[in-house]
Amino acid sequence: MKLVIESLSENESFARTVVAAYITRLDPTLEELADVKTAVSEAVTNSIIHGYAGKSGEVEIVCEIHGQEVMVEVVDYGVGIIDIEKAMEPLYTTKPEWERSGMGFAFMEAFMDSLEVYSEVGKGTRVVMRKEIGKEQEK
Amino acid sequence: MQTKMNAAHYELHQNCLVIYVTDDLDHHAVTQLREYSDRLIDAGNIKHIIFDFTEVGFMDSSGIGLIMGRYKKVMFLGGRAAVTNVGEVVNRIFSLSGLYQIIERYDTVPEALEGLQKSRIKQ
Ligand SMILES: Nc1ncnc2c1ncn2[C@@H]1O[C@H](COP(=O)(O)OP(=O)(O)OP(=O)(O)O)[C@@H](O)[C@H]1O
Ligand SMILES: [Mg+2]
Repeated sequence: MKLVIESLSENESFARTVVAAYITRLDPTLEELADVKTAVSEAVTNSIIHGYAGKSGEVEIVCEIHGQEVMVEVVDYGVGIIDIEKAMEPLYTTKPEWERSGMGFAFMEAFMDSLEVYSEVGKGTRVVMRKEIGKEQEK
Repeated sequence: MQTKMNAAHYELHQNCLVIYVTDDLDHHAVTQLREYSDRLIDAGNIKHIIFDFTEVGFMDSSGIGLIMGRYKKVMFLGGRAAVTNVGEVVNRIFSLSGLYQIIERYDTVPEALEGLQKSRIKQ
């Protein structure tokens, strides 16, 4: 599944809702659904706020299901990240004046099984997240 | 006093502003909420602030930023902030972010109104 949205804040809820609908076939719990929605919301919001910083651009959301695992990829062609390691530290933000709290990557890490961030300054950012659905029920 | 706006409606109880959030609290909702909340706070007479989550089924880090930002404003005037009717989904976000270290949680708005008027010293 691939979704392309314009970098407008009103598209954020649409993006996470589409991903949530896409993964219902895996029969996720309400908690798993909330986890994935939050992670998608964080990544998409970052692309809109930081990547494009109010300018217009496109955010791509690619979603795949392999067995019980969902993979979500969020891509922008915005400003990119200078220091990825630093950006991923909890509470680190480059935009305190916009009331960002530096929790986005921390939430993506907490709510998904894995998180990879690729970025190049001036080119853009790609975030890849994976989560196995249904782990709890099987126990 | 009661006012309805995008993403929230507002009530003033003496010196306490209650913001009933009526939408998913994401970046989009926050941009709508922030300006009007601040206009009410800046108009004066507001000491404490309560965010009610009865109708909120989803929140991300943008909501944390909104609450912290408003808390900082009332804090300078000796005020406090509280959240009420927090569901499980939102509660996990608050817990993870460490928000409860500075913002009080009550079950209902009347309980928060009472709690905020009392001394802040807890045993
Ligand atoms: N898509 C992106 N493009 C450019 N920079 C980014 C992108 N995503 C994240 N960043 C950078 O990484 C930092 C940390 O991101 P993170 O989501 O953890 O926190 P935040 O967005 O600043 O705050 P919050 O998510 O709590 O509102 C950002 O402040 C920004 O500098
Ligand atoms: Mg963020």
